[in-house]
Formats: sequence, C-alpha cells, structure tokens
Amino acid sequence: MSDTLVEAIADLKEEEALNLVNSKVEEGADPKGILDEARKGIEEVGNRYDEEEYFLPELMLAGELLDDIMKILEPELEKSEEAEKETHGEIVLGTVEGDIHDIGKGIVSFVLEINGFEVHDVGVDVPPKKFVEKIKEVEPEVVGLSVFLTTAIEDTQETIEAIEGEGLRDDVKIMIGGAPVNQDMTNHVGADDFGDDAMEAVSIAKNWVGVN
Amino acid sequence: MKKEEQSAAEKREEMFNRWIKAEETEFDDEKAKQAFEKRVKRFKEIVSLNKPDRVPVMPATNFFSAFHAGHTAEDIMYDYDKLEDATKSYVFELEPDAYFGSNMTGPGEVFDAIGYSLYKWPGDGAPVNTSYQCVEKEYMKPEEYQDLIDDPSDFWMRKYLPRIAEELEPLRQLGSVTDVIELPFTAPYFIPYGMPEVQEVLNTLMEAGEKALEWQQKLGKIDADVVASGYPVFMGGAAKAPFDILGDTLRGTRGVMIDMKRRPEQLVEATKRLVPLISKMGINQAKMNGIPMVFMPLHKGADSFMSRDQFREFYWPTLKQVIENLVDEGLVPFLFVEGAYNERLDIINEVPEKSTMWAFDETDMEDAKEELGDTACIAGNVPSSLLVTGSKEETVEYSKKLIDKVGKDGGFMLSNGAFLDNAKSENLKAMIETAKSYGTYS
Repeated sequence: MSDTLVEAIADLKEEEALNLVNSKVEEGADPKGILDEARKGIEEVGNRYDEEEYFLPELMLAGELLDDIMKILEPELEKSEEAEKETHGEIVLGTVEGDIHDIGKGIVSFVLEINGFEVHDVGVDVPPKKFVEKIKEVEPEVVGLSVFLTTAIEDTQETIEAIEGEGLRDDVKIMIGGAPVNQDMTNHVGADDFGDDAMEAVSIAKNWVGVN
Repeated sequence: MKKEEQSAAEKREEMFNRWIKAEETEFDDEKAKQAFEKRVKRFKEIVSLNKPDRVPVMPATNFFSAFHAGHTAEDIMYDYDKLEDATKSYVFELEPDAYFGSNMTGPGEVFDAIGYSLYKWPGDGAPVNTSYQCVEKEYMKPEEYQDLIDDPSDFWMRKYLPRIAEELEPLRQLGSVTDVIELPFTAPYFIPYGMPEVQEVLNTLMEAGEKALEWQQKLGKIDADVVASGYPVFMGGAAKAPFDILGDTLRGTRGVMIDMKRRPEQLVEATKRLVPLISKMGINQAKMNGIPMVFMPLHKGADSFMSRDQFREFYWPTLKQVIENLVDEGLVPFLFVEGAYNERLDIINEVPEKSTMWAFDETDMEDAKEELGDTACIAGNVPSSLLVTGSKEETVEYSKKLIDKVGKDGGFMLSNGAFLDNAKSENLKAMIETAKSYGTYS
C-alpha cells in the first residue's frame, strides 16, 4: 500500500497522488512519512529523467506536483521536523551578472535537490559580490554558475576571481553550465568542471562530495 | 505561364533569379555585380546539394558587428550611423559571402516608445554590451488557449500587446473588431477610442511608427550600400516553429512543458492554428524583399527538452507544415537549430528534398551529413566559445576539420552554431578565410 503514493508520483498521476496525500492526512498518517514517500517518488522521477525516459515536461510537472503536495503537508509538518532533511552537501547556484536566463538553472536546481543536495538559488543576473556573500553565509561545498550568453563569459570569470579574491576558492569546487560552456571555456574562466546537462551537474557534485 | 502551374522548384528558381538580379540595386561597378552574383549562386548551388566553386561561409551574427567596430551593443540599437559603421566595417573587412541583415538588433527607440517589457536590452535594464534577453513569463494564461484558437489576431491585439508593452496596456479596453458587422452594432466598437487613455495609446503608436519608419529607411540604405558593394543580405524573412511561438513568448518554457502533460489537445490545436499565420509572415517578407531565405530559429524541440515521441507529437507536425508552406512558395527555410538534434535527424529528414538549409550548433555534424546528405544542405557548428575565447589557430583547425568531415561533397556552408556577439574578429576572419582558401572544390 505504501508504494502506491511513490508510484503515483513517479508515474506523474497528479490527481491520484494528491488524493492519496489528502486521504493519508485525513487518516492521521505521520506527515513526515508522507513527505518521505513523496521524496521517493520524486527521486524516481529523477532516475527516469537520467535514463531519458522522462524529459523536461515530466520534470517540470513533477516540480508542480511536489509544490502541490507540500501545500497540503506544510500545515501538518512541525517546522523542526521539516528541517531535518539529510543532504549530501550544500550548493550555491546562480546565473552570472548580465545574464537573466532562468530555465536551465531552475532545472539544475530541481534535479540537484531531488538528488539529495541542498541548493541555495541566488537567482539570475547575480553580481560577484552576491555570490561571495552567499558563500560566506552558507559555506557550501559546491558553487554552480549558470551562463547562457557569450558576453557573460567574462562575468563568469570575474565571479570566480571575486571568490578567489576573498580567499574562498580553496573552500569550494566550482562547476559551470549553459549554452556556450565546454572544456575550453571551463579552463578559460578558471572553473573546476562543467556539465552539459542537469544530470552531469549531479554526478559532478556527487563526485566532489564523495557520494555515489 | 500561369503562376498556379509552377512547381515549387520552378518558383524557387525564380526567387533565386530575383535575388541574383537584384533589380533595384545599382552596383558600385561591374566587379561588385559579378561578385554579388557569384556569392548568391553559391547559396543556390548548396541548397540544390551541388558543389559551388568553394564552400560558402556566412557567420550568424547578432551584435558582433558592434564589437568588431568598437561600438557598444546599445550604440547600434539607438544610433543608426553607428549601426551603419558597424555593419560596413564587419562586411567590408571580413568579407563573408553574405551577412545576416542589419535588422537583427532592432530599433531601441521603438521599444522605448511602446514600453516593451518582453525583453531586456542594452540600455534598458541590460548592460550596454549584452545582447537582448527575453523575460520568461506566462504572457498567456492556461485558460486562454481557446481565445487564442478562436481568434489569434484578437488575442494578440487585446490581450498579448497590453501585457508585453506597458504603454499599450489600455488596448485591453478595446472591443473585438469583428463586432463591426451591421449598422446598429457598429458604433459601440468605437466607444473605447473616445477614452483618454486609449487615445494616448494612439499617440504612442504614431510615435513608435515614426521611429520604426526612420529605422527602416536607414536600414534600407545600409543594406542597399552593402548589396551595391557585392555582398548579399541573407535573410529574406523570418518564421518560427508554432510550438516555439507558444513556448518562447506566450506560455513560456515552463508553461508549454506543463501544457504538454495537462492540456495536450489544446496545445496541439493552438500550434495548428498558428501555422497559416507564421507561414504568411515568412512568405510575405521574403517575397517583398526578393530573397528566398527564411530564417527559422528553433528552440524548444531540442534533444534536451523533449523525447523523440514528444517531438513527433507536439513539435514536428506543425513545423513541417510551415516548412512545406514556405517551400511551396519557392522559398528556402534556413532552420537554425539551437542545442542538439542528434535524436531526431531521421525525423527532420522528412522535409522536401533540396529545398532547405539546416544550421546546427551541437548536433553531430557527421551524423547530420549522413542522415540528411541527400535531402538538405547543412551548415554551422563552429562553437561560439571557440570564437569568443579560442585562438585563431584553433579556429582554423576546427574549420578545416569540419570541411574535411562534412564539406567535401557540397551541400555545406561553413558557419557558427549560435548567434555571435563578442567573438574575436581575428577568429571570425580566420573562419571566413579558411572557407575561401581550404574549402575550394576542384
């Protein structure tokens, strides 16, 4: 029985999943247990995305579904319980200054989260200073820089230089992603690695924090 | 001969002849005229999958000309003397076989006049040297599909324009123009035009119109000068994949992806509804300009966005129809594939043969040549990152390899895969020179 919610979410049966969550709540089930099941379902969505069975439509729908489930569960969950989630590590993620592209970064953020990372999304058009401040605040293992425009390649480099200038470079691994990104550009801007898609970002980050 | 009896191939021949003759052009001299003819013929040959004298080369450029000439991106959106200087510096110094057209960067003053908020551009919220960028948002609500399907123009006029341009917001108060049908029902349509805020919009439209006209006249002169010197303007018109119209600037990426799951029938119906509209846009522009090439940037059908099945269901059928409509009119769709199409090369191979050009970015070029070799001309693939951060030598090497791999048998144009802004001039020059020196067919 407990697999049904996991399956409904993994199969993206929205109505069925929401009905199940609602009836479980009404029956007085532990909201944290429901949340764990929901996470398992979303994890399975991530696996299917990795295996190219699912693509962006499924991923984005899963995001909406998870939001809807959280709306039901949030009033039930104690704040303390909610914060108890175990993570592989923390990641500061944002699109560099001058670039307002949001979609790719959003996908990477979601996929990292469902793969067990805590993502601090600092938004788009983010000045180097803001990255630095966030890194100081949360002390992440990984920093992810999203860049779409070739004119923002320089801004990517400047962001990394700013991190270096603050003496934080050795504390974090930096990965970049986006349309113009490849190995040459990674070397050029002084990042540690790059990913062609969201799943590569996950495997790079997992490798860096030492999980499989 | 009656027009109706002409085949698509005959119409295409006629369009290319119109382009080659350039009847309205007074060439600088006989040399320029001959150079122009030679250049256009290269494009004609590769579309027919033949070998011209050498591999043609046309970089896809956006703000590159500004960077090349030492102006800012903002400069060329607002100062058309600088646009002229930028365009001519680029074309005369680098000598490509054609240039994309100087209209790509648009008139800043028109966007200012209407309070355009769909994009951020240099000088308006974006840094002076950044390309314009679309502001992703839901400009059409999910419950508005039926309005769009019922009457796209009405939806555009009264719902879409007020949302993407602040100064046009009062247009939402207009009635539907198709209400004007018979004497007793005619006058009410005009009532909103009596309101002060709507009248203000009419002033705004006149102002925007004057600015657009000024831009168009200057642009006409720039293009005419460049053509007179022997360099073709490449873009006759533009069209898009109907799915991208919805996904880029109506529903947004997230919206359209969710719609594929939640309201697939309406999404498909809406893409069908847009086919004749977007086809006519490309056809009318290209015929007016006398240039057969119709630029079609392709965005959200790429490998990383959707599965093959989804591409077949949602993206391809209506794109294919638009392509066929353009080809039927003797035009050559220039399909600019952003991202990669490695998983759908066999599907796009369904296009009419020897009638289209496909410019690829990250698609495997050898696979593309193998799959499309007997069907369509291919182009592109020199990476932007190489042109921006790489060296001249690396650019030459990449270009040579590309010609070796896929350019040996014709049906190929050397180009880059994503629109260029801040590329190094010496790299772009090296790419162009490589086509000329290394890409010769004996």
